[in-house]
Amino acid sequence: MKILVGIKRVIDYNVRVQVNREGTGVVKDGVKMSINPFDEIAVEEALRMKERGEAEEVVVVSVGPEAAQQQLRTALAMGADRAVLYQAEEEIQPLAAARALLQIVQAEDAGLVLLGKQAIDDDANQVGQMLAALWDRPQATFVSKLERSGDTLKAMREVDAGLENIEVDLPAVVTVDLRLNEPRFVKMPDIMKAKRKPLDIKPFAELGVEMPPQLEVGAHEPPPKRQGGTKVESVAALVQALKDKGVL
Amino acid sequence: MSRVLLIADHDGKTLNTGIARTVACARQLGNVHVAVFHAPDGDAPCAAAAKLDGVSRVLSVRHEANGAPLAAVLAPQIARLAAEHEGGYDYVLAPSTTFGKDVLPRVAALLGVPQVSDLMEVIDARTFKRPIYAGNVITTVKVPEGIPVLATVRIASFQAVGEAGEAPIVAAQAEAELPTHSRYLGLAESGGSDRPDLQSAPRVVAGGRGVGSKENFEIIFKLADRIGAAVGASRAAVDAGYVPNDMQVGQTGKIIAPDLYIAIGISGAIQHMTGIKDAGCIVAINKDGDAPIFEAADFGLVGDLFTLLPELEKALDAAG
Repeated sequence: MKILVGIKRVIDYNVRVQVNREGTGVVKDGVKMSINPFDEIAVEEALRMKERGEAEEVVVVSVGPEAAQQQLRTALAMGADRAVLYQAEEEIQPLAAARALLQIVQAEDAGLVLLGKQAIDDDANQVGQMLAALWDRPQATFVSKLERSGDTLKAMREVDAGLENIEVDLPAVVTVDLRLNEPRFVKMPDIMKAKRKPLDIKPFAELGVEMPPQLEVGAHEPPPKRQGGTKVESVAALVQALKDKGVL
Repeated sequence: MSRVLLIADHDGKTLNTGIARTVACARQLGNVHVAVFHAPDGDAPCAAAAKLDGVSRVLSVRHEANGAPLAAVLAPQIARLAAEHEGGYDYVLAPSTTFGKDVLPRVAALLGVPQVSDLMEVIDARTFKRPIYAGNVITTVKVPEGIPVLATVRIASFQAVGEAGEAPIVAAQAEAELPTHSRYLGLAESGGSDRPDLQSAPRVVAGGRGVGSKENFEIIFKLADRIGAAVGASRAAVDAGYVPNDMQVGQTGKIIAPDLYIAIGISGAIQHMTGIKDAGCIVAINKDGDAPIFEAADFGLVGDLFTLLPELEKALDAAG
């Protein structure tokens, strides 16, 4: 089985994101970029499945700017076999990304697609579900445990009510949650080795995606700030303050 | 008037408390029909939905396959209703619960339209605000004309509607070819406690890494029970195995808006603050006076939680 892992280049999760002066987006100049952390977990899971003999090949793909090669190289250094970048400098919204992935999945004849449950930039949480719909295959979202047995996957999902188990037939789309695994650290020799692994760059247009209607993205603004910061000196003062406020 | 289809989140017995908040958003947009997809023996949530103010009709979609919340099974039925029921709907909404997040993008893809995730404010009929970058940025998005608006609703951003309504419950058909490639096996683990529901409780007490262990978490439960609060936890506490994942509050857990939120031993990572910033009053108890949680807390108390919590209980007893 071939596993396809989709990754997105995003602002590193440690960066304090700021709205730009014009209010048209966020400050990206000189800001550290990384693999979307959820996608990194997806790469790790794919590699573990391969190491267990449950998959033969792990292919990482990204749809995004030329610079996303860096993130694909990181995934190759983690252990992925090869990478493909479909280069698009403009913003690709979730449905267009899902249509693009469908083309790639079919061309690669992938048996499993692993994706992060959401990207930490637009927080849309849509692409995996959309791909599964277009592909007419099962989806297991927000997965924190994954087991393959033959042609089925058993997935434990993190849901509001707790942990839920579902079983799906392959091929399938799985989107991963934080507690699925802890991604490995990349070592220097692996980085060197990754430089020799194949990374193809193709124009996004080559996929022939019919562009769906897009959301028009307008103003960006910081969220309203909470007025906090008052400290009380004692438990008695706290109880009094809460009573005065009418919440106790 | 525009027609709004709201997809109910329920477990076959009770309606998710987020639906009353989602209705508050939906009724700003048009005439609200709530669709309850359920198994033949699971129609109780229909009656609960019919009571919500602002709901004009409840569509009861009964099918053997609808007893489990499987997106692959429900999405084609929802898409069918959305596109064809009495001429179709202008809006299809679901709450931003794990159920809504799972199923609605699948519907959007079937309909070939974009989805607005975590709608937090209605600007006009097609323009909305939503959070990105874990709530650090609010952006305005507009859905182009000529297509239905699909959105998951950030429930913490809306106040629940009342329950004085009497909407009719009507049977609806949503025939679609249903897949057999996905099977629901059930809940593996759940809080299943008698405590109030975390997502709707007016008071929440939450513990973080500072609580130190699973055993120590008892002190959090004790305080919560003393004031009739639900119990939550930070991601650090869940990752450390102190409590199960359904108690996690924050960006990747539950986003809540209680009247009172007491954060104990929680430092206040951005991802956690995203989950509580709509709370009425935030109290922080932490031994690190520089913890970021104090910046957002209405009342902060610096000190050792194992000393302060017993004191707090005593003070509450004394205050009656």
